[in-house]
Amino acid sequence: MSDQIVSIWVYLAQTPLLWLTATIATYQVATAMARRLGAPPLLNPVLLSIIALVMILSVTRTPYATYFAGAQFVHFLLGPATVALAVPLYQAERKLRQVLLPGLAALVVGSATGIASAVLIGKAVGLSDLALRSLAPKSITTPIAMGIAEAIGGLPSLTAVLVILTGMVGAALAGEVLDMARVRDQSVRGFAMGLASHGLGTARALQLDPEAGAFAGLAMGLNGAMTAMLVPVMLRVLGL
Amino acid sequence: MVNALLALLAFQLAGEVLVRAVGAPVPGPVVGMLLLFLAIRIRGRVPEPLQRASQGLLGNLSLLFVPAGVGVIVHLQLLAADWWRLLIAIVASTLVTLLVTALVMQGMIQMRRRPQ
Repeated sequence: MSDQIVSIWVYLAQTPLLWLTATIATYQVATAMARRLGAPPLLNPVLLSIIALVMILSVTRTPYATYFAGAQFVHFLLGPATVALAVPLYQAERKLRQVLLPGLAALVVGSATGIASAVLIGKAVGLSDLALRSLAPKSITTPIAMGIAEAIGGLPSLTAVLVILTGMVGAALAGEVLDMARVRDQSVRGFAMGLASHGLGTARALQLDPEAGAFAGLAMGLNGAMTAMLVPVMLRVLGL
Repeated sequence: MVNALLALLAFQLAGEVLVRAVGAPVPGPVVGMLLLFLAIRIRGRVPEPLQRASQGLLGNLSLLFVPAGVGVIVHLQLLAADWWRLLIAIVASTLVTLLVTALVMQGMIQMRRRPQ
């Protein structure tokens, strides 16, 4: 009996099927759980799924590389999903033309604020040089952030984790913070969410309002490029 | 359905190729998004299957971040030592960035409205 279980496990551990299924199943359970708890912002499905999967991988002693061999099929869809943001963007086009200049100004100021505040606050609380360099591109989408981290001597895989954390924080808190600051224009709300917290902020903005979602997607893309240009310059200015 | 999927993949591919050809610091999919946006504009409307494919993907966008997030497992030791420092920096910096961006954009929109 136990031999059989072992041989089934050996088979499953070698195919991508198991961890692909586990990722989607965990997310569905986490979504149902979050909904039952009244969708509290801090216990979002992404955070719950990550915690659950980390525990499952630890207990089964599965290396991350083995897990990712299966989960990469979900990860891959980030590309097509980004392209798909063209649709809500097209639907918000008229609004986009109206707020083009304010949006570009917010892009430059917001992008610089994202980098400088991360580095300065991180320095103030005593983070290491390596951590600061990994943290600097935290507001932008994972692939560019990892590329930047590598170029400036950070740890790309740590950056990926910090980027996701940033996304979760933004997604969880942005709605209420923007309410408190009395920001009501959906284009502004979305733009700020996408700029500060990339794809996860965009996912949240899409849930709240389609126009906010379109502007979040746009801001996410623009800030990716802006941050890539600003980080090397700003690190020098900030003395890192 | 297949056409919509093909369109998304083809525009991503075009974006990736373009980014590499020019050496721009933008991710390929973002350029793909802008190319698809232009294509839809030229066409003048969003084809129904593309609309549905886009909604399906974007409705579940946060799921797509789970695999990268599980990567935290590789850095548990580093995070165990520094987690509260990183958390303070991330929470504070994200909120500051969010507010500064929103207030600059909102302020400029209001400034342009007033003179009229």
